[in-house]
Amino acid sequence: MSLIRSTAAELAAKIASREVSAVEVAQAHLDRIAEVDGAVNAFLHVDTEGALAAAKKVDDDLAAGHAPVSPLAGVPLALKDVFATEGVPTTCGSKILEGWVPPYDATVTRRLREAGVVILGKTNMDEFAMGSSTENSAYGPTRNPWDLDRIPGGSGGGSSASLAAFQAPLAIGTDTGGSIRQPGAVTGTVGVKPTYGGVSRYGLVAFSSSLDQGGPCARTVLDAALLHEVIAGHDPLDSTSINAPVPPVVAAAREGANGDLTGVKVGVVTQFSGDGYQPGVLRSFEAAVAQLKQLGAEIIEVSCPSFDYALPAYYLIAPSEASSNLARFDAMRYGLRVGDDSTRSAEEVMSLTREAGFGPEVKRRIMIGTYALSSGYYDAYYGSAQKVRTLITRDFEQAFANVDVLVSPTTPTTAFRIGERANDPMAMYKADLCTIPANLAGTPAMSVPSGLSDEDGLPVGLQIMAPALQDHRMYRVAAAYEAARGTVYLDVPELAVAR
Amino acid sequence: MPSISRDEVAHLARLARLAVTDDELDLFAGQLDVILQSVATVGDIATADIPPTSHAVPLTNVFREDVVRPSLGQQQALAGAPAAEDGRFRVPRILGEEA
Amino acid sequence: MTSVDELMDYAEVVERFDPVLGLEVHVELHTNTKMFCGCANLFGGEPNTHVCPTCLGLPGSLPVVNGKAVESAIRIGLALNCEIAEWCRFARKNYFYPDMPKNFQTSQYDEPIAFNGWLDVTLDDGEVVRVEIERAHMEEDTGKSLHVGGATGRIHGAEHSLLDYNRAGVPLIEIVTRPITGTGERAPEVARAYVTALRDLLKALDVSDVRMDQGSLRCDANVSLMPKGTTEFGTRTETKNVNSLRSVERAVRFEMTRQAAVLVNGGKVTQETRHFDESTGSTSSGRTKETAEDYRYFPEPDLVPIAPSREWVEELRGTLPELPWERRKRIQTEWSLTDAELRDLVNAGAVDLVAATVDAGATPAEARSWWVAYLTKEANARGVELGELGITPAQIARVVALVNAGELTNKLAREVVTGVLAGEGEPEAVIEARGLKVVSDDSALEKAVDEALAAQPDVAAKIRDGKVAAAGAIVGAVMKATKGQADAKKVRDLIIARCS
Repeated sequence: MSLIRSTAAELAAKIASREVSAVEVAQAHLDRIAEVDGAVNAFLHVDTEGALAAAKKVDDDLAAGHAPVSPLAGVPLALKDVFATEGVPTTCGSKILEGWVPPYDATVTRRLREAGVVILGKTNMDEFAMGSSTENSAYGPTRNPWDLDRIPGGSGGGSSASLAAFQAPLAIGTDTGGSIRQPGAVTGTVGVKPTYGGVSRYGLVAFSSSLDQGGPCARTVLDAALLHEVIAGHDPLDSTSINAPVPPVVAAAREGANGDLTGVKVGVVTQFSGDGYQPGVLRSFEAAVAQLKQLGAEIIEVSCPSFDYALPAYYLIAPSEASSNLARFDAMRYGLRVGDDSTRSAEEVMSLTREAGFGPEVKRRIMIGTYALSSGYYDAYYGSAQKVRTLITRDFEQAFANVDVLVSPTTPTTAFRIGERANDPMAMYKADLCTIPANLAGTPAMSVPSGLSDEDGLPVGLQIMAPALQDHRMYRVAAAYEAARGTVYLDVPELAVAR
Repeated sequence: MPSISRDEVAHLARLARLAVTDDELDLFAGQLDVILQSVATVGDIATADIPPTSHAVPLTNVFREDVVRPSLGQQQALAGAPAAEDGRFRVPRILGEEA
Repeated sequence: MTSVDELMDYAEVVERFDPVLGLEVHVELHTNTKMFCGCANLFGGEPNTHVCPTCLGLPGSLPVVNGKAVESAIRIGLALNCEIAEWCRFARKNYFYPDMPKNFQTSQYDEPIAFNGWLDVTLDDGEVVRVEIERAHMEEDTGKSLHVGGATGRIHGAEHSLLDYNRAGVPLIEIVTRPITGTGERAPEVARAYVTALRDLLKALDVSDVRMDQGSLRCDANVSLMPKGTTEFGTRTETKNVNSLRSVERAVRFEMTRQAAVLVNGGKVTQETRHFDESTGSTSSGRTKETAEDYRYFPEPDLVPIAPSREWVEELRGTLPELPWERRKRIQTEWSLTDAELRDLVNAGAVDLVAATVDAGATPAEARSWWVAYLTKEANARGVELGELGITPAQIARVVALVNAGELTNKLAREVVTGVLAGEGEPEAVIEARGLKVVSDDSALEKAVDEALAAQPDVAAKIRDGKVAAAGAIVGAVMKATKGQADAKKVRDLIIARCS
């Protein structure tokens, strides 16, 4: 198996045993990026120097006889460009932050560095994580390695595409309404949104503070679990960080790989089917449920009626928080400044800069959020959305009183074509139909590949959801399913590479 | 639900400090109208007896010790500034109240 | 900008209108660190040196509440007789302004940590007015702007501005009164007395530097008028930049006279923010807001709720020091002061200084006589606060002790104090340098007395005959011989003793 097609667990073992050096592994991935990223556009910034230096440090430590600093020491990773990286540009896919170099590391960045994980660079994303296709990046869309005319999902399309294109074995994403899981589903990779508060948000440029959650992206469930344990854990710099032990996700993934789900109660959410769902996606989901049953799981139908209101609630809460979070991009302290010709006031320069620096989707959401928080509309919009949130949380609680995990398709459709939904915001928003409830309730959820849709040959994802702080439950189910179903990532077509 | 007017969009843009163009006003007025009508359905089930949820985690009293941590240096603080002067961020003239 | 406001004579104002006050006081807490980050909370310093990703509002940064600031807020609330919330949150107040790094202020909105309190305020003549406190809530300060290119460094006419965020994120407590009504002509005095009482209280709690001149205590005065006999509040103005206790009184008085003139001329008071000018004692219009601000408040998602346990609140209640009014009551009893004497002491701002002087060994009467009678005059003459004169309670106590020991006369003592005030060092150093010590060596004095008696035998005889008044001539001779450094009374006593 070539280095770039290896799993993170395999690479870590080879590096630890010094069968291969971390520098060789990093170089192989940097070469792959150089080779295919012209076609994929997964990366906004490749940090060749930093990656090789980090890899060399791992090799030097091992050569000196030290034990590996973590189970992922020396393994390369692609970091979503929404995490602050000291000395390395961070743009969030936006013109307004072009050229900004943070003077500090996000907690996730710091933990990766401390674990000896080699950060290859920063991946493309929908501007400020607003989108489901990565078409909203100011730096051009990322393309899906399964079909370069299609979207790789969003907002973390760069991270998921980098995995599918073998540019990196691991990636980090953020999930506000599905931005880890939906890209995972449409690229045939694994994406996990941990319990809210499980992974520190310090240094994660906020889109919607009460929903944002960083998480692991990988090609296998075990790799995701290994990465999960590296980045998770209490952080005193994030007030919403949970001060509790990290759920034992690696142990759960290993246990699940034995393929026995006897005694596990799996709930099928009845709300996630019907109109708007691609038949091939539904058939894939039914096959996945049958597979789980075969592994010994008990399948139970579960109704969560308020989930029907999750999408509208999300499209009020997220833009509201975003309108406030993005106010700081005002041309005064950092980032772009437009129109400062010494005649214009600060207020005018702010408005011109924000107009020029933000793309249409960001502006649209800022205005929706501004509207929803306005004094006359607060109760009808933002206030009501927060109540829906309560109802969704109650639905989850009721469901989890009877089942261990809930399952659904991750997305209603497979990857759509670039440009197909660009002028229809509501059609675009529906890509997150199944993923949003977990964000609103703060519960963990993940997407694991469930094969290819029989009608278009594109990847489909199975979503697994668990109660808060029970992240390990879904890893166990996902690993069992993966072991039975087999992975799909090696089936990705060879990229036609322009040299 | 009243549909959102072009003037209302202009007001929102002013509040949000976005110097939107006339074309954008037309585009956004149409789109915001569709989106807001769609999301207004939250009102269908959000009855008065339901408490709002603002935080997904049930945490309270997360405090920090009152102990000084290192600050950024002045140079680092100003490194990303579009303009700086005398150790301060230089910004265009500010209209409005005395600060 | 240059139009001169018409003003109504104050006597006429209070005859025709009832003023309504609302006072909003912002207090900067003197915690070690800022409200939401670990940067040092220090006044001044090189610009942009006490800043970090959080207080600069850098992308990705997050706030964490300073527990000490919450503790101070609760203690302030308790001292103001407030209820302490069982559960409260921070909210975001959204508006764009360059001195505010995130373009929202993290502030408590509809869920303050303390509410429904009161503060009893004593006026100069001893009358007590109860001011009701609506709320005390936590928030963060903004950065400081320097306006360059304008004529006066003010915002108008400036070409550009320079921003220093050292102050951004400093913990603030905003204390808001309910509308204060029924104070009539004494409204300006009540305003000053309230801020004074609040300042003394915060000082006793040791939560803030409470320096109005440095901005660690700031007062916004809301004033409106209603015609006598009516009960509906008029339109109010909010006056900012009120930087001293005296200014509080002047600003309120000015606004009353200005608004009254507007109203009787058939005009309408504009709801606006006004700016107080120390040099003229007048207020001027800030920008009139075109529309009411829509701050789009919502609960701060980056912070979790604060739910102080009742145990914690009671524990903090136990840490409250003797509060200023309790202390005044105790002092009055212990020092046997009349109401008038206590009032003079308080009005002179000398309570702490006198108490410290007593602690250093002087009697209350001696200490009061120095601070209230003598040094207050000196402070007034120099235009400084009593505490800023440059002499300490310990030094005054030392001077008092020297007088009691007979080493200084009262006259010499004043000269010693003058020397200390002039920066000549400790009392002993002044005595040494100026050669002020009383000749108290008895044998030397006796020798001088004997010599003087011998030189004027006729006078000595008269004294021996009981004509004590004649001793004056001998005293004069002794004082001359000792270059005035003898205690005249002592000399006189010695002469009589020698002649009996």
